[in-house]
Amino acid sequence: MDFMVFQYPMITVQACLDGILLGILFALIAYGMALQWGVMNIINIAQGDLVILGGYIAYFMYLYGIHPAWGVIVAPIIMYFVGVGLYKLVINKVVDRDLFISILATFGISILFMQLMNFAFGADVVLANSGYGTTFLFDSAVVLPNSKIFSAFISILFAICLVIYMKKSKLGRAIRATAQNARAAKILGVDTEKVYAATFGLNAALCGVAGALISITFTIHPYMGLPYTIRSFMIVIVAGLGNLPGVAMSGMGLGVFEEFADYILGTEFRIGSVFLLLVLILVYRRFKLSRKREYLK
Amino acid sequence: MNKNIILYAAILIFGLAAPFIFPAFKVQLSILCVLIVLATTWNIQGGEMGYNTFGNILFYGLGMYLCASVQVGMFFPLAEWTESGGEKTFVHTPAQFFQGMAAGLVVAAVVPTIVAGLIGYAILGLRGHYFAICTLGLGVAAGEISGGIEIIGAGQGFTTPPFPNVGGLEARGEFFYFLSFGALVLTFIAVRAIYSTRFRLILNAIRDNEDKAEAMGIETMKYKIIGWMVSAFFCGLAGGIMGGLVGYIDSTDVAFDGREMGVFMVLMAILGGKGTLWGPVIGATVFHIFKEGFWTFFLGWQYVALGVLIVVIVIYFPEGIMGWLREKYPERFGEVVDEADRKAQVELK
Repeated sequence: MDFMVFQYPMITVQACLDGILLGILFALIAYGMALQWGVMNIINIAQGDLVILGGYIAYFMYLYGIHPAWGVIVAPIIMYFVGVGLYKLVINKVVDRDLFISILATFGISILFMQLMNFAFGADVVLANSGYGTTFLFDSAVVLPNSKIFSAFISILFAICLVIYMKKSKLGRAIRATAQNARAAKILGVDTEKVYAATFGLNAALCGVAGALISITFTIHPYMGLPYTIRSFMIVIVAGLGNLPGVAMSGMGLGVFEEFADYILGTEFRIGSVFLLLVLILVYRRFKLSRKREYLK
Repeated sequence: MNKNIILYAAILIFGLAAPFIFPAFKVQLSILCVLIVLATTWNIQGGEMGYNTFGNILFYGLGMYLCASVQVGMFFPLAEWTESGGEKTFVHTPAQFFQGMAAGLVVAAVVPTIVAGLIGYAILGLRGHYFAICTLGLGVAAGEISGGIEIIGAGQGFTTPPFPNVGGLEARGEFFYFLSFGALVLTFIAVRAIYSTRFRLILNAIRDNEDKAEAMGIETMKYKIIGWMVSAFFCGLAGGIMGGLVGYIDSTDVAFDGREMGVFMVLMAILGGKGTLWGPVIGATVFHIFKEGFWTFFLGWQYVALGVLIVVIVIYFPEGIMGWLREKYPERFGEVVDEADRKAQVELK
């Protein structure tokens, strides 16, 4: 236990800023999850592993001498095809089935990805060094790596692009129509199968962007995927499906929570506190909803 | 009925004789017994009640830590034991070992039951995938948190007391085999007894339509919690035995191992057939044989195989072996089959 955070206000500022910049990244991943959950009614446990895979793409560019920031462009393109491939192989067989089937199937994919990445890239914790330097605020009391600011900026950029794309483009309209009512969309000539594939691909692409940014800002490791899945799931249930400002806000809130948990409880309890928070949120939600006698379906 | 008694007697005799017929496989057979216990208890939630939990691993890991802690803590200071090399300074005498094990197993079974009762009210109110993800989070959180607690060894693990030097070389394997086989028999008898009462019907009603069951005047929450407590009791017991058998407890790799044991119990129950008495037993046996073969011949690729296996089982065999048999020979399951009806069903497909 460390209560420094209450005695030195600058640590509070540091934690808040770190948390917000981190939370924007979480929100980007959560947006992908909300997209596929809303459209296909699938909860993808492999979400975090897609993120890590995107991170390894950027890391490999860094290894071969290309600046890892270009991974922000390359990773989503590769990940889009990975996502579409995954859809064609597995996900299309579980779309109409019981939700638990999809959870378990994607859990299997998650284990598979984890281990394949472990074979391909090794079990070391790696990061792609962007060489962006750091910014010092308030007489060097607050230290912000520029890469964090860069990653938050890119995430916001991608989120805005995606929102505009979903509003204006033909595919975006088809995706929104399918989310509202898949059967009606089918009657009106939307090829829902294609829409599902594109949605899953888009989600994977978003994960790729987020992963590339994470490999620049933080570290990646083949087994670090599941916490990202849980975080994005948590953000989505707090914000609700299709509530984009809510996703952004709860993402930042989660980021700040994590930074404070890190300072107060210690780093070894960081992941544990995230998972406990999920349990607490779900339980709170259950009591709130049961008072209205409306159950979660 | 007569045929059943012969079957049970045959299994019992085989189980009692197994360590002497296959002395080289004693450890494997003990693990098989533990796996069957886990799959059978998971089936109470996942199969009969329709609450797909990833969280039974919580009770398993809790039982494992509790049993070892009690076994050590009864005679020696726990904190010194878990410091590096501590297990070499203290030695259990045979009497201490067995007394500690007995007390540890009681605690390992009772405390998770109480925990299940306490958290059950909050967690079991969740439905469907919220419940699944919540229990997944619970299992992982328990692993992460126990990995940070110093007194039970934190990240470096907890070595359980070594088996005392009595009864020759084979004694350790036989002791743990009979312990786990005993747990298996106890579990099977208890679950069978439960399934023959009204309790099973209530659980099935909850699975089929919980709101209607509640409207019919069943206190669903009470039965859900009792069901979870039964599972927790046997999961904790199995965990305590497994801790002694493995001899070493690590927070995320042995005790709260959601990636292995937590998925295995789900997979075994689904492979055998959810919602049947024998399904998990058959599923666990088939799975264990398959798993051991794979782990031995394709070492390193086992998790890849596990991932593929999960996807294949879930997509292509969601009904499991018992479900497949039931579809093929419905008469043996006591179902009255109308030929015309069956033909119509085939045509519908």
